[in-house]
Amino acid sequence: MKLDDFTSIFPKLPGAMPIWHGTVNAQDLYSLCEQVKQAGGKLVSLWGSDETEKGGHYALHVSLLSIDGMLVLTLTVDQTKPAFPDLSVLFPAANRMQRSVTDMLGLHPTEAGDQRKWLRHSTWPDNVHPLRKSFDMNTRFTPEEDNYSFVTVTGKGVHEIAVGPVHAGTIEPGHFRFSVVGERVLKLEERLGYKHKGIEKRFEYMTLQQGAKLAGRISGDTTVGYAWAYAQAVESATLTTPPPRALWLRALFLELERLLNHIGDLGYLGNDAALAFGFIQFWILKEDLLRMNGDLFGHRYLMDRIVPGGVTHNLDNSGLLRISEMLNHIKHETGILKDIYDEHAGVQDRFLTTGFVAPDLAAQLGLTGLAGRASGQAWDARAQFPCIPYDQLDVQMATHRNGDVAARVTMRFEEIFESVRLIRLMLEQLPAGELSAELGNANEGVLGIGWVEGWRGEIMVALHVGENNRIHRLHPHDPSWQNWPVLEHAIMDNIVPDFPLINKSFNLSYSGVDL
Amino acid sequence: MLQIIKQILLTGNKTEAPPQPNDAMRNGVQQINAQILNHVGRALAIRHVDAGSCNGCELEIHCLNNAYYNIEGLGINFVASPRHADMLLVTGPVSRHMEIALKRTYDATPDPKLVVAIGDCGCDGGIFGESYASCGKVANVIPVDVTVPGCPPTPTEILQGILTAVSSNK
Repeated sequence: MKLDDFTSIFPKLPGAMPIWHGTVNAQDLYSLCEQVKQAGGKLVSLWGSDETEKGGHYALHVSLLSIDGMLVLTLTVDQTKPAFPDLSVLFPAANRMQRSVTDMLGLHPTEAGDQRKWLRHSTWPDNVHPLRKSFDMNTRFTPEEDNYSFVTVTGKGVHEIAVGPVHAGTIEPGHFRFSVVGERVLKLEERLGYKHKGIEKRFEYMTLQQGAKLAGRISGDTTVGYAWAYAQAVESATLTTPPPRALWLRALFLELERLLNHIGDLGYLGNDAALAFGFIQFWILKEDLLRMNGDLFGHRYLMDRIVPGGVTHNLDNSGLLRISEMLNHIKHETGILKDIYDEHAGVQDRFLTTGFVAPDLAAQLGLTGLAGRASGQAWDARAQFPCIPYDQLDVQMATHRNGDVAARVTMRFEEIFESVRLIRLMLEQLPAGELSAELGNANEGVLGIGWVEGWRGEIMVALHVGENNRIHRLHPHDPSWQNWPVLEHAIMDNIVPDFPLINKSFNLSYSGVDL
Repeated sequence: MLQIIKQILLTGNKTEAPPQPNDAMRNGVQQINAQILNHVGRALAIRHVDAGSCNGCELEIHCLNNAYYNIEGLGINFVASPRHADMLLVTGPVSRHMEIALKRTYDATPDPKLVVAIGDCGCDGGIFGESYASCGKVANVIPVDVTVPGCPPTPTEILQGILTAVSSNK
């Protein structure tokens, strides 16, 4: 099958974003993936579902990004021989996603080089797959030994530093295994999955309405991004169109979330380069913004403010004024702080050339989102596939090619200034009207996809609808799936003390990928 | 450098008055003795453990270090090892994959020690509850002295929980 034919043969899903879905055989799946790769596209997500009860088979789903939009391919997987083609040879980022499908659902990539477990540690045995419908969420097992086989680096003077899962700061848990010679890092191997708390399984016990709250808690720092993507998926499946004012307010929330995270990260990046002044200054700014959110919308991080069908909170004229004044404050302060960061020799010495990811390596490994744009990967759904209201705002995508900590810092500064500009336009053009629309009913078996450019990168939510407006299967995708493996490359040949700085410059989610 | 000094002077002192301890937050048998009480008014060392949260509570714990709450100014600081800690601040439902790590962290914290569970998930399992993958609330895994509900609780509420725990024998 030709890639060009895909969008004409298969239907476009209803809803805000350009997404096509079709069922293909194994040969076409591989061929389409290959063509997307050759055309400069990329893998977004890969997940499986158990269709044995109604269809007598399993299914593997793959979403890809091309210049036309998102392609979602579904492959029927035989119940007696649950195998699918190994896509990690085309997209290295598929490696951990495939291993998670094996752990959670028992489907195996054919002849994949790396078949180690990923999300499973020692809590359930290897012949048990929690996302199978026959598995009861409340089943308990006696933990066994984890016995994960790390890659061992040998040679004269090589030793290992094992860090985590409990880290030295207020950070999410994960394990990092450094192989070093002296201070120089030869290899980093990550072991995640410590936060696996059964999110995907729990969704299957919920209705479409109930799922919204859980979606907002997949990764707390991206609660707006996930809530919007979840709402898009439900609205696509139920053929619901939210009123314009709701869509504009959602975008306002998303840009406020981007500001919060970028401002916070810039503070910590200064701190990690021994400029505590930067932390103090940026975190005053962040707190000002959080308090404004709390006063105007009743929640500092805007959790549960986006619901399927619309939004829960309105904005009046005094609120508009308050945000407008805050934007002036942020722009003014950030401008001063950017000059200080740019001209501080000590900070620049730590930022420049540190944690370098070359554009060609970024393309090969599928580095995405903010970190991808800092290494020449020019993808931003707000600019390329703009939904309402971004289609009226002419979003200017920031990109750089230097690929180091300094580039990822500059990306954040530029995206702050662009978000300030976008929010100003939103305040000026915010349409009047209702805040939400009543949800329609969703037919069983329907697929709804949500796709939002969160502050870290693209957030995707895939919703497979079950009986009576319940969730049959839900897979949330965080851009951290793509970017965690690239961090292993970014640290190579750097010194151990630069790891916190490099790590923070990516600031990836653990909860969003451990699920 | 001049620009930094100018910005510091223009920013001024942002630190606000701390909240009062709240008796409503007390629960369970609290393992406090005079030795820990001595820490009140001096440095209290806290080790934070994320046992499986969505990362929302961590955002608010970070805010305790900002100039408005200025937790270090109150003589409370976050330390890098449980061996240096008087108190564990635990977030999240405890994922089964973090159960052993949390127990080991608790064991590595010298007695007497305090445990404050942060957030709805830490208090009662929250939206994630108990399952094949989640042990639910923190008290299902280690003894808890004080619980601070909220999703996430505000920095003021977290600070109030910390102060409630250290002043519990008063």
